[in-house]
Amino acid sequence: MMRDITIGQYYPAPSVIHRLDPRVKLVGTVVFIIMIFCIGNLAGYVLATLCLAGLIRLSKVPIKFMLKGLKAIFFILIFTAVLNLFLTPGTAVFQWQFIRITQEGIVMALKMAIRLTYLILGSSIMTLTTTPNHLTDGMEKGLGPLKKIHVPVHEIAMIMSIALRFIPILMEETDKIMKAQQARCADFESGNIFQRAKSLVPVLVPLFISSFRRANDLAMAMEARCYHGGEGRTKMKPLKYYSRDYVAYIVILIYIIAIILLNIFFDPIQTMIFARLGL
Amino acid sequence: MSIRLENVNYVYSPDSAFCKQALKDINLEIKDGEFIGLIGHTGSGKSTLIQHLNGLIRATSGRIYYNEQDIYESQFNLRGLRALVGLVFQYPEHQLFEVTVFKDVCFGPNNLGLSKDECEARAREALRLVGLKKKHWQKSPFELSGGQKRRVAIAGVLAMKPEVLILDEPTAGLDPKGRNDILEQISKLHREEHMTVILVSHSMEDVAQYVDRLVVMNRGSVFMEGTPAQVFKHYVELERIGLAAPQVTYVMHRLAQEGYKVDPDATTIREAVSEILSALGKKNEGSEVIQP
Amino acid sequence: MNIVKAAHLIYDYITQDDETGEETVSRAIDDVDLDISAGDFIAILGHNGSGKSTLAKHMNALLLPTGGAVWIKNMDTRDESQVWDIRQTAGMVFQNPDNQIIGSIVEEDVGFGPENIGVPTDEIWQRVNESLEAVGMTEYRQHSPNKLSGGQKQRVAIAGVMAMRPECIVLDEPTAMLDPNGRKEVLKTVRKLNKESGVTVILITHYMDEVILADKVFVMDDGKIVMDGMPREIFSQVEMLKSLRLDVPQVTELAYELKKAGVPLPDGILTIDEFVQALENVKRPEISNAQKKEGDAHVDPS
Repeated sequence: MMRDITIGQYYPAPSVIHRLDPRVKLVGTVVFIIMIFCIGNLAGYVLATLCLAGLIRLSKVPIKFMLKGLKAIFFILIFTAVLNLFLTPGTAVFQWQFIRITQEGIVMALKMAIRLTYLILGSSIMTLTTTPNHLTDGMEKGLGPLKKIHVPVHEIAMIMSIALRFIPILMEETDKIMKAQQARCADFESGNIFQRAKSLVPVLVPLFISSFRRANDLAMAMEARCYHGGEGRTKMKPLKYYSRDYVAYIVILIYIIAIILLNIFFDPIQTMIFARLGL
Repeated sequence: MSIRLENVNYVYSPDSAFCKQALKDINLEIKDGEFIGLIGHTGSGKSTLIQHLNGLIRATSGRIYYNEQDIYESQFNLRGLRALVGLVFQYPEHQLFEVTVFKDVCFGPNNLGLSKDECEARAREALRLVGLKKKHWQKSPFELSGGQKRRVAIAGVLAMKPEVLILDEPTAGLDPKGRNDILEQISKLHREEHMTVILVSHSMEDVAQYVDRLVVMNRGSVFMEGTPAQVFKHYVELERIGLAAPQVTYVMHRLAQEGYKVDPDATTIREAVSEILSALGKKNEGSEVIQP
Repeated sequence: MNIVKAAHLIYDYITQDDETGEETVSRAIDDVDLDISAGDFIAILGHNGSGKSTLAKHMNALLLPTGGAVWIKNMDTRDESQVWDIRQTAGMVFQNPDNQIIGSIVEEDVGFGPENIGVPTDEIWQRVNESLEAVGMTEYRQHSPNKLSGGQKQRVAIAGVMAMRPECIVLDEPTAMLDPNGRKEVLKTVRKLNKESGVTVILITHYMDEVILADKVFVMDDGKIVMDGMPREIFSQVEMLKSLRLDVPQVTELAYELKKAGVPLPDGILTIDEFVQALENVKRPEISNAQKKEGDAHVDPS
């Protein structure tokens, strides 16, 4: 299960999305996520779905690979959906003792599930098509102006890129340690929540220790390769906008406008059409 | 305490892009009291196979019998099997977590639900079996040297009193002396405690010296089986699958080609010395060393 | 010319007892003198805890001497202003392949060093291409390091060092975590770099079969250099090596055991060819004597 998490993994493929400037992808992802929460009606969701499908298609990353990323957050997804399903007040469609499902609850649960799924898929497209180094380059350059107010932009970017590189390694390590403790008859499956939390100590302690060891080794390896912060550093892959990047910015802008327009005009149009049809 | 595998197959993440058959139709029997060497290049399925033996991984198809009992049958106690078939992973010192060496070794027996006295008695015995001096018992495991930590980790498995001990490259990263010490200790467990031992190793020299029988894995299948002499005779085939024979075997084959009357199947230095001496027509002067 | 020189090098480290807070000083390196000529293939042997890794870290200014000094191409490692030049001159490869790869793609990792020392973009690409070619990893340049084998990861790490155009590479137990095939891969690469690019190689290891082709071997124990010489000289002393927790290749040990049993074989046999030749000479002493006159380089009874 640990190995299923695709966030932070790069999937090499010769696609236009891969070639886009990371700043464009960052802006695009942020816009996409914000817009998901701004969508007000069905048409908006249809548009978002079409865009998402188009992007996945363009990125040449197999859809199976993308969906695997969802498996990891499946629990959170269900949890949020169930919470919304039962706790949203409104017109009841089902009631049994204190359990009460409302029409609003169903809509809300669906919305949350879709939003979360799209959020993960949207950001997966970015991380799967951009190498962490490229991504952090994008952040570093995009947030460059913040350096003037003493925000350590380069350091933050470096920390993020290293964290992303080590996520899969630590996942694998967790898997290994869990198995080793299970071989000593450790039980992670039974007991109440406190017992289960306690049973994780034999996994977490070795994991922390090994993370510290890795951090130490890595710091030394970086120093040995003359790393001394962002000053005087050159880039192997300096960021430069190409025409495709400008096109992408325009597409993003159109997307924002489209969602806003749909929010404003779709409902009246819908009512109008329904009225015409005599519904 | 025999373990028998019948037509065992294992497929990683089936129905996905990463689907990979890690084990193909494995038929294998491990008899009581055997010392088995499991060899094969990285990715040949050795690690997957040993995790089947204590039930950590469940075969996609096929049957595994422990003492003639089907371990996949619903009434079989799978967690109990992990105590009976002790598995020491590669770099086992990375699993240590307790405040003291002694407490860490108690972890396994504790999980079996034994009394405190019994746990401690077992921990003491296990630490003695791996030859860790008493003065280290109350230390933090992280203060010890690499070789000592590894002993502690092996003791952690021994404290469950397994009937079968499986070790995945127990000497990785140790220096030659540390390596020999650990192997001697394992061999002693086999000789004196009559434990069934399965040793996964990359060192042909080591397996040739210690094990009774070799199982060679390649691409998820059992490629060859037999005594070290029988297996290393086929060094050309072994090389084809990314393995080799001990250097001594190559020496003996060369000598045989050159016309020496030696048995080319000698796999250890002792055997080679006595073969060469007799070929040269010399008496074994240091015969007490040379006797197999 | 000397590329690495150490004189009376001492390194102490302080450990603190958790309970009593008592500080104890341990000496990891004890009065080491070293003189390594440019272009050599040097091996430093020693058991775990003998101080060999600590010594290696002094060659890259990752550790600074407590006493004595280390010079890399006449640059004193204690001189802070030269630390980046020193690290560029003497590159370093570590034991754990996972913990030294920074980039998420092979080529980006190789470019990390040159980026740090401010090499212009075009030249970074050129250096990355050359380095990947030199270690034979060009076809993997777009891969994620996580998907590579141990031997391949170490080759990437070596390429990362080569991209800084060092004159010397220090490899701190680069093969300790690899399988036999990975070990072979790494050794072949290192040897090739030494031969073809003339890079000085300092290989730290406890695998004896890796040092047979070295120009010079140093053996460390308890922070001191206890033996030094050509591989043949070192391997002649089987008992001494064993007492230092080390080992010899099987063929060397076989010859040694036969000699103990009364077969007049020379000391320090390193390869199967040498062994067969030497045994042949034992069988036919007349031929052996004739060969000796011709100056047979293989069998050198000492």
